[in-house]
Amino acid sequence: MNKVNPLLRHAALLAGAAFMVLPFAVMLSTSLKSQADIFAGGFSFLPGEWAAASNYVTVFTKLPMLDFLINGVLVTTAIFCIQLIVAVPCAYALAKFRFAGRKALFNAVLWCLLIPPQAVAIPVFMELYSIGQLNSYTALILPWTISVLGIFLLRQFFMTIPDDIVDAARIDGMGELSILLRVVMPMAMPALTAFGILSFIAHWNDFFWPLICLQDVRYFTPPLGIFYFKTEDAGISYGPLMAAACVITVPLLAVFWAARNKFIQGVSMQAGIK
Amino acid sequence: MRWHTLYRLALPYGLSAPAVALMLLFLIGPVLAVTALSFTDWQLGETALSFVGLRNYGSLFDDALFLRSIGNTALYILMTVPTTLFLGMFFASMILRSGKMRSLYQTVYFMPFMGTAVAMLMVWDFVLNPTVGLWGLVAGWLGVEPVNLLRTEYLALPILALISIWQNLGLSIVLFLAGLSGIPDEMYEAGELDGADDPVSRFMLVTWPLVSHVTYFVLILLAVHSFQVFESVAVLTQGGPNDATEVLTYTMYKEGFDFFRTNIAAAITVIFLVGVGGLTLVKAMWLEKKVHYQ
Repeated sequence: MNKVNPLLRHAALLAGAAFMVLPFAVMLSTSLKSQADIFAGGFSFLPGEWAAASNYVTVFTKLPMLDFLINGVLVTTAIFCIQLIVAVPCAYALAKFRFAGRKALFNAVLWCLLIPPQAVAIPVFMELYSIGQLNSYTALILPWTISVLGIFLLRQFFMTIPDDIVDAARIDGMGELSILLRVVMPMAMPALTAFGILSFIAHWNDFFWPLICLQDVRYFTPPLGIFYFKTEDAGISYGPLMAAACVITVPLLAVFWAARNKFIQGVSMQAGIK
Repeated sequence: MRWHTLYRLALPYGLSAPAVALMLLFLIGPVLAVTALSFTDWQLGETALSFVGLRNYGSLFDDALFLRSIGNTALYILMTVPTTLFLGMFFASMILRSGKMRSLYQTVYFMPFMGTAVAMLMVWDFVLNPTVGLWGLVAGWLGVEPVNLLRTEYLALPILALISIWQNLGLSIVLFLAGLSGIPDEMYEAGELDGADDPVSRFMLVTWPLVSHVTYFVLILLAVHSFQVFESVAVLTQGGPNDATEVLTYTMYKEGFDFFRTNIAAAITVIFLVGVGGLTLVKAMWLEKKVHYQ
């Protein structure tokens, strides 16, 4: 492709980029318009009649939008923290210890990578039902505290840390746990970042599981919250609906934009390519 | 045995114990349980169950809706995966040579993947609205009837596929860029000496052999992803019009959590698991092979 006219290449890339951005532009523009303007017929990007303030106020007053966002942050943070506490020691044991059953454990991790989240929904629903924890933060968090992808990614990364470094720390008299926390973990920051990003994307976006395990609006995460807003409001007050979509999407996109290289590296790492 | 040696022996077990317990509780146990349930007549709320052999599977394969659901899922995979793959490869190879703009393009194309999926589906619902959305305007330009795309039987599934391509193209590009940027320029120069001086033969002789393993990986990743399509159906079409967008996960959801026919939902889950698991198994074997190489 080196010889293709650079102008032609940029034209194609810009056309593609315009298509990628289009829905975001529609979302932003509609969130600023009044209901009358939206239904005046003939779509235009510039608002004819502004109603930004009332649309955004509606999102936060008619709807516990702030609670949804707090729930989203709370749940994704709790999930990732517990995933780390569970996955790091296991990955470290798999990478740096020789013990009977190590191979079996690693095989089990590989097998568990095959299980799509929807496949465990029915039994996990029953488990939570039997301990009376459906429709709670526990239901949102507990089933996802085990991340076999995390164990796998971290194990692969720990393998690349030379045993000499770990042995040197042992000779210096460091305990096993402080070696893990003070020597290995700081070196594993790229893998931990990738793990964090993948975990965050997966659970911030999750719709299937919250839809199944929740009834109480109090616990709704942003995807379920906006879905509820649409069905409650018969889905025709597009101004507030698009404002709600903006409120949920824009902060995330801002974080992504600020740390875009880390995000993209993190996602590539999942493929085991880099 | 000294206390210290004992500690060293027990430590790896202690380190992996929480992970093992949670794996049994939320992954391995549930898969075994759902498989077992699929051979029974148990439905949510009942206290007794009996073994019914393959009856649940038999009734599924007699059910026109279920067969439609499998067909739609396959069709959806066929519409999304090759397109996302080839567009990803195409745009990645252009972005790679776009100089200073590279990072900007990469980020913009990746944005749809980062937008909260359900919120962006609401936006698409509005974009596709024939009276107030962008689609009405575009249909006017094209001089076609602005039909309700999501309510038209033969268009609904292709539209869902289009939205999926929009959402996942960035992922495909990013993975290809990671693979392509590893190809040194000398490879192309060497290829040119061997007569690979037009774009097509350059691609066939140099690029393709070097990225085929990435291609293979992206293919499986996208196929697994498409297999699990749920949100767009639940949010935009609810399986309609006329079951044209009924897909496997949605059928499973309705059977399990709407109609509470747990045994039937369990059988669908097992079929789904075999499909996705089969695909992921290929991916995991590939990963493991790569691990051995390194």
